Amino acid sequence: MKQNKVGTKGIASALGIVLLIGAASLVLAKPKDQGERVVPIKVKRFEYMPKEVTLKKGVPVVLELKSLDVPHGFNLPDLGVRADVLPGQTARVHIVPKQTGRFVFHCDIFCGTGHEELEGAIVVKE
Amino acid sequence: MAAHINRREFLRLAGLGGVVFASGLGYTADAATSKGSKLEEFYWVQLSDSHWGFEGPPVNPDAKGTLKKAVEEVNGLSQQPDFVVFTGDLTHTTDDPVERRKRMTEFRDIVAGLNVKTVKFMPGEHDASLDRGKAYREFFGEPNYTFEHKGIHFIVLDNVSDPAAMIGETQLEWLKTDLAKLDKNARIVVFTHRPLFDLYPQWDWATRDGAKAVELLMPYANVTVFYGHIHQEHHHMTGHIAHHAAKSLIFPLPAPGSAPKRQPIPWNAAEPYKGLGFRSVEAAAESASKYELNEYLIKKA
Repeated sequence: MKQNKVGTKGIASALGIVLLIGAASLVLAKPKDQGERVVPIKVKRFEYMPKEVTLKKGVPVVLELKSLDVPHGFNLPDLGVRADVLPGQTARVHIVPKQTGRFVFHCDIFCGTGHEELEGAIVVKE
Repeated sequence: MAAHINRREFLRLAGLGGVVFASGLGYTADAATSKGSKLEEFYWVQLSDSHWGFEGPPVNPDAKGTLKKAVEEVNGLSQQPDFVVFTGDLTHTTDDPVERRKRMTEFRDIVAGLNVKTVKFMPGEHDASLDRGKAYREFFGEPNYTFEHKGIHFIVLDNVSDPAAMIGETQLEWLKTDLAKLDKNARIVVFTHRPLFDLYPQWDWATRDGAKAVELLMPYANVTVFYGHIHQEHHHMTGHIAHHAAKSLIFPLPAPGSAPKRQPIPWNAAEPYKGLGFRSVEAAAESASKYELNEYLIKKA
């Protein structure tokens, strides 16, 4: 949650907050880089839309996450990235998938009765 | 000492005891407390994750009866524990603040039936994360606190009132200040809801800043953590610190990562209440880091 306090578009861009972990990088509200495929993901109680995203190995993408209702989380432990997804803001998660497989992400900010079912998956193919 | 032997013998004869487990494996510390007093032998009972208000016949057709059974079974123990602790998720979450308080009222009324009148509580995310602990505080008081009992310093940590599953800097500072008063050989027990270590982050079985709490505890020789959240017995060491998860009183969950999803294990009519239960924890007098855990299963009748 604290990340979001500094996660406004202007501040985060100015600070250039970048986390580089494993196969992915997370940037909160950083403008997308040239050449990256943009994948919009919306989230509401208790659904990510789309629920599954297919990516190509080695091709960089930026996930643009928006909440339609309450604060949610986006946590993708297998790629070492997470972001707070707050209403009215855009969280951007930069990924360069380096291995194929199915990687589950989930909400890690408790959001109500269906919180524990709020998850989706990144599928990486050759 | 005779009472100690009798209770163990009773457990063995009655077939109630599960695996007897000594934490602080292979480590023997000075048998003195922070106040220099001798260790005393006693035991407490840990109950967890009763999720009062949950409805889901496929996973527990006796959702309104299981907590009551647990209370009866604790009352039926041949020797009563010094205290009972509930390690969170007392109630099942609801978006309705009125319903939340109704569930807490009902839970409190049922637990009032325990013969043991010293009962310690802490919230789980189902109790506290939607209103940052407001309703919980109205019923059960502060979500983090300390208490002393027979030479043990107990610390209750709240890692759920922040919906992001964080202890938070304020509470970590409180923990640091509390620990600073203690001798490095003090006998310390931590109660919390979520695991303080990354048990299985893919299922959100972690505390985002739990490592900071473990780091603060690490200089102390005799620390043991008891928690809930994962609805099953589990034992883990971070260095010399043992972490013990307790069974639930509503439905069991699969072992970490053993299933595609973190879904409740369906009720098995052939083995009702399988995986549901509570534990007793006996503080040994001979070592400040050793505890005996006995696992109890909820009985059919």
